[in-house]
Amino acid sequence: MSSSNRQRPLSPHLSIWRWGPGMATSILHRATGTGMATVGAVLLVWWLAAAASGEAAYGEFLDIFTYKSGALNIVGYIFGIGLTLTFFQHMSSGIRHFFLDAGANYELKGNKMSAQATWVAAIVLTILFWGYLIGVKG
Amino acid sequence: MGTGTEIGRVRGLGSAKEGAHHWWIQRLTAGSNLLLMLWFLFSLLRLPHYDHATIMAWLSEPLAAIPMILLVLSVFWHFRLGLQVVIEDYQHGESRVVMLVLLNFYTIAMAAFAIFAILKIAFTGGAV
Repeated sequence: MSSSNRQRPLSPHLSIWRWGPGMATSILHRATGTGMATVGAVLLVWWLAAAASGEAAYGEFLDIFTYKSGALNIVGYIFGIGLTLTFFQHMSSGIRHFFLDAGANYELKGNKMSAQATWVAAIVLTILFWGYLIGVKG
Repeated sequence: MGTGTEIGRVRGLGSAKEGAHHWWIQRLTAGSNLLLMLWFLFSLLRLPHYDHATIMAWLSEPLAAIPMILLVLSVFWHFRLGLQVVIEDYQHGESRVVMLVLLNFYTIAMAAFAIFAILKIAFTGGAV
């Protein structure tokens, strides 16, 4: 900050900050929401429209994300795991928002812990989802 | 807010008086999204296969098609409200207005596509 002769003093702290769990979870909530509203919504509509159009259109959709055997290819894994992780992060962060809306969890320590807990929950739920899909169902 | 200047009130500046409604619908759809998305993910996990015939058979059941339509309504309404705030935070002036119009077009067009597809499967899928 330059100490120029402005009439109103500038807040000196605006450029002094570092990442904390709270702000990371906050911007992640926005990023994951925006990602699902664009990439996720397009894929959902495409999937539904392809299924409604018939077997050929559905086959073209599946071919992008799966091998001929029906197993997911690398594109399928990137979008599948990416979108589930994105969803579970937004979901757990959204549940945290319900508590914040009710006026709870503003104590520094608890707020920080719940921000970090959303990441743990997102990763664990994603692992459980894909563990069941690949490991149990095969 | 209500404490604006007299001239500000005359010009209609200040709060648009829709903030509480926006906030409440965002929370309401957040709750319904939670239920409907968990239903959707559990349903996907329970499907035996992901080929065309399986998806058609599943979505032609009323108890799959109806929640799926509700999911589209709830999720799309929720993301329209969310993206509105994102646009209002980062876009100013003319581009804000343009993007808000495009957001409405995008959301409604996508929802129409999705709901039409679900209804088509629901009404004709059983015959496949």
